Amino acid sequence: MAAIEVHNLKKSFDEQEVLKGISTTFEKGKTNLIIGQSGSGKTVFLKSLIGLHQIDEGEILYDGRELSNMDTNAKKSLRTDMGMVFQGNALFDSLSIEDNVKFALDMFSGMSSSEKTDRANFCLEKVHLKDVNNKFPAEVSGGMQKRVALARAIALSPKYLFCDEPNSGLDPKTAIVIDNLIQEITQDFDITTIINTHDMNSVMEIGDKIIYIKHGLKVWSGTKDEILSTDNEDINDFVFCSKLFKSIKKNL
Amino acid sequence: MKLYFVLIIRRQNYFYFSDMFLTSAIKYIGRYFILLGKVFRRPENMREYVKAFWSDLELLGLNSLGIVSIISLFVGAVVTIQTAFNLNDPLIPNYYVGIATRESIILEFSPTIISLILAGKVGSNIASTMGSMRVSEQIDALDIMGINSASYLILPKIIALIFFNPILIVLSMFLGIWGGYLAATFIGVVSPTDFLVGIQSDFNSFYIVYSLIKTVFFAFLITTISAYYGYYVKGGAVEVGINATKAVVSSSIAVIVANYILTQILLG
Ligand SMILES: Nc1ncnc2c1ncn2[C@@H]1O[C@H](COP(=O)(O)OP(=O)(O)OP(=O)(O)O)[C@@H](O)[C@H]1O
Ligand SMILES: [Mg+2]
Repeated sequence: MAAIEVHNLKKSFDEQEVLKGISTTFEKGKTNLIIGQSGSGKTVFLKSLIGLHQIDEGEILYDGRELSNMDTNAKKSLRTDMGMVFQGNALFDSLSIEDNVKFALDMFSGMSSSEKTDRANFCLEKVHLKDVNNKFPAEVSGGMQKRVALARAIALSPKYLFCDEPNSGLDPKTAIVIDNLIQEITQDFDITTIINTHDMNSVMEIGDKIIYIKHGLKVWSGTKDEILSTDNEDINDFVFCSKLFKSIKKNL
Repeated sequence: MKLYFVLIIRRQNYFYFSDMFLTSAIKYIGRYFILLGKVFRRPENMREYVKAFWSDLELLGLNSLGIVSIISLFVGAVVTIQTAFNLNDPLIPNYYVGIATRESIILEFSPTIISLILAGKVGSNIASTMGSMRVSEQIDALDIMGINSASYLILPKIIALIFFNPILIVLSMFLGIWGGYLAATFIGVVSPTDFLVGIQSDFNSFYIVYSLIKTVFFAFLITTISAYYGYYVKGGAVEVGINATKAVVSSSIAVIVANYILTQILLG
């Protein structure tokens, strides 16, 4: 059984139909990537999955339990198992970076103060951040904020990790470090990870499963190896649009 | 014939608009109570809520001490001067100035006017802070962690203000009357002795209770209404500003209406 199952997910805003019936599954221990053009509905899809958007139609199952049928307590306990990196970071701007990472630990962990500090430092080191513990989010760069957001998302060792463009705004080298880190966490702790991305490097690095969304519909899905050999025109058009990737594809 | 049509259209429009007003009013009030229902839940972690309470107490309560003190002193002085001028009649004993000052400060000025000022100061603060958190997805981030964002953000504020506003109002009463005494002493509109006799005559201690009851209700209304406007912001910086204004206007109106109702109930 897949960890997360989505059946016929539909979501509209006023007149605009953003998700037009998406069905897919996400497996444990795998990095699942969602790709698609800007405005295609990736963020709306991710937010619908975690229950931040009320969906219009369809079902979302977490380990067989339907999200919309859960009562408040079940939903709450499910959410303590979720980590989320928002596209705009959503860091708590009145808290220092260390306190941002510690926030969920303070709320839920019952750890001692020094254990919490150790855990926060561990998470920050994982995303290659040092000596910024006492700074505030506004005092570090955009890429650093992204990494703090990831550190915060993994603080409580989530079972489900959702990342909305975790490496946008990062240099290629750091982006790969972050990609590999996400994959490592996913495999080591056997969690279910879903990542929205535009970044074709990520697709090639860590795409265990890739879903291509266009105009609110799932047009294609497969692995990173399959994406290189697919005949699907849409996806070739999208993924191999740059000269670099065109030449890679030609030389395969 | 033409006029007849115009009338029909007018009538329909009238019903249409009043209908719209009613449904949107019901919608607003419904959402307000749904939010309250989310606020009054058991905290996930008492210690964190207490921490939030102390920081809200400082931000929303202690930081109002200055403005409340200054306004109370000056308004107390002005009330005394004006009352003295208006009671300048040989048939009315001078110490009545003290009584009148005391009553207007305790009954109306301190609880109601100071609460209105706090509706502006505290209300805009709550609505804009929470609104910014909403548009920058910080509230979503709380929810996704499994934290009841409404309760964590609003409950400590409600308790902080319900606890601290009465203290502010009692302080305001003292300072207001003291301002009146200073006016009597330095401007000489009435002799300080007469003023002191006045403020001690015919004292009804229930008036203080009445004022503090009002204050607690006002504190609840100001916090929850402002929080409502902050929590449900949609959009960006402009909407945060718009909702902060709406928060101040609505909570001020709520304070005025509640003042009328509570006065009817408690003194009527
Ligand atoms: N809260 C909202 N209210 C109304 N419309 C929305 C809302 N959120 C998203 N949309 C609309 O849904 C569509 C998809 O948006 P979404 O943010 O999911 O795109 P995306 O695929 O994440 O794009 P990007 O790669 O640029 O982040 C857009 O047309 C957008 O206008
Ligand atoms: Mg997006």
